[in-house]
Amino acid sequence: MAGARGLALKKPSAIPGFGLALGFTLTYLSLIVLIPLAGLVLKSATLGLAGFLDVVTGPRTLAALRLSFVTALIAAILNAVFGVIIAWVLIRYRFPGRRLLDAFVDLPFALPTAVAGIALTALYAPNGWIGSWLEPLGIKVAYTPLGITIALIFIGLPFVVRTVQPVLEEFDRELEEASATLGASRRQTVFLVMLPTLLPAILTGFALALARAVGEYGSVIFIAGNMPFKSEIAPLLIIIRLEEFGYAQAAAIGTAMLMISFAILLFVHLVQAWSRKRFGQ
Amino acid sequence: MTDAAIAPLLLSTPRPKAVTTEQPLVRYALIGVAIIFLVVFLFLPLASVFVEALRAGLGTYFASITEPDAVSAITLTLLIAAIAVPANVIFGLAASWAIAKFDFSGKSLLNSLIDLPFSVSPVISGLIYVLLFGAQGYFGPYLKSENIQIIFALPGMVLATIFVTFPFVARELVPLMQEQGTQDEEAALSLGASGWKTFFKVTLPNIRWALLYGVVLCNARAMGEFGAVSVVSGHIRGRTNTMPLHVEILYNEYNFAAAFAVASLLALLALITLVIKITLEWRYVDQIAASRRH
Repeated sequence: MAGARGLALKKPSAIPGFGLALGFTLTYLSLIVLIPLAGLVLKSATLGLAGFLDVVTGPRTLAALRLSFVTALIAAILNAVFGVIIAWVLIRYRFPGRRLLDAFVDLPFALPTAVAGIALTALYAPNGWIGSWLEPLGIKVAYTPLGITIALIFIGLPFVVRTVQPVLEEFDRELEEASATLGASRRQTVFLVMLPTLLPAILTGFALALARAVGEYGSVIFIAGNMPFKSEIAPLLIIIRLEEFGYAQAAAIGTAMLMISFAILLFVHLVQAWSRKRFGQ
Repeated sequence: MTDAAIAPLLLSTPRPKAVTTEQPLVRYALIGVAIIFLVVFLFLPLASVFVEALRAGLGTYFASITEPDAVSAITLTLLIAAIAVPANVIFGLAASWAIAKFDFSGKSLLNSLIDLPFSVSPVISGLIYVLLFGAQGYFGPYLKSENIQIIFALPGMVLATIFVTFPFVARELVPLMQEQGTQDEEAALSLGASGWKTFFKVTLPNIRWALLYGVVLCNARAMGEFGAVSVVSGHIRGRTNTMPLHVEILYNEYNFAAAFAVASLLALLALITLVIKITLEWRYVDQIAASRRH
């Protein structure tokens, strides 16, 4: 009996509806997500390994993948720095307008990406509110990789703020007091006691912002300029290949991007596992 | 907001002992940096949408959002959301019932698979359906012989929207229902209620605010999705153009006033979404388990 229970796939329960709920969940998940994604990988597999590598390491594809990744990386690093400052200010300080500011952080989650794209382009175009200030300084933002980075900062910011905020909120003030009592300066307390505890959350937020930014399309294409080899992001190249009916090539670039995303997700999981081991949470 | 305006208020509020906070100068500097960053990167883009939309006057504004192509884009956007959101609500309820109320092997794998669409680029979310149902796709020849159109038509756009909004409802419900446990349901069942009655009378009221929270976020993304829908739409004016796609077409035709007018409707939707979201987070903080997870 005990052996049979150990082998059973589900623990017995008085609640009904397990079969229906799980059956529907698995069917829906397979039809909407798993089978279509498998189709993508299968399609790129029709090229064979050599053909796949040929597409992915072609100069134009490589330039697009590199641009997507590097701009996303820069944006995620800036978001990590400013996201921590914003989370810190929102949790630690009291000032008028704080709750409004806090609510506003979620704007990039709610604002459609195409709207963000045209708004940012209007702002940073040479005749825009910000662009007209930067133009005399010789800084061109719109239609350059710098513009792509700005758009990616916009969409990635909430990820860092919202992952760091709850950890900072629950931070034990007694640790800070202990550190101060033992003679640490405030700077030492912040950088040697607090930041290491926040590090897993910061890294998680950073990785989530990075993963989102690598695949971002809507907010970027308006401001990017979309010049092959210069300001053409990987998702745009997929669309171009698709319009040429290069299904297998599009699938290959898509598979390469999926692999990048999964590597980033794996990083998140490793960080969280390490953090549980280190801080026992 | 200047530091001078903040200073007296900061001093008058009770604050923790000096050892657990920074020097006033550092504090003001950090608050300043945070405000400037949020104003430049978030507030200015939002404000510019409304300013650009109204630049050509109210007449042009209303003409732009009431012309037939705009109206058909708005209708199509509403229609797609009206199909995609309920589909994901039913899925979210089923998935959270299975995951939260039962113990079975493979549960954590299932939980992470639900979040999968969040880590997929929107363009890939559209691409996968083109590979399946497009003219050169796996089912292309069959669909053509049966005269069924999925890509460049409503079904494809609905599928792509369902994909990108897939996790929204489930990820709000699963953690909350796991927290709530099964005692309430067991009590109802032992008192003789049927399974469905237990679900509608006990479980659903317990999760209603989290469900609404998930629906609001799901709906915002469904109405605003651009990349995935763009790949499968075909951009046929008046037929397969949603609001975000209509914005793109107008913008690329240098019809900026009209593009921003339609965009301002989407920005308004985003603001309404934020207000509902914040209200739910403030009023029902205990009943929204995942309010801090995104």
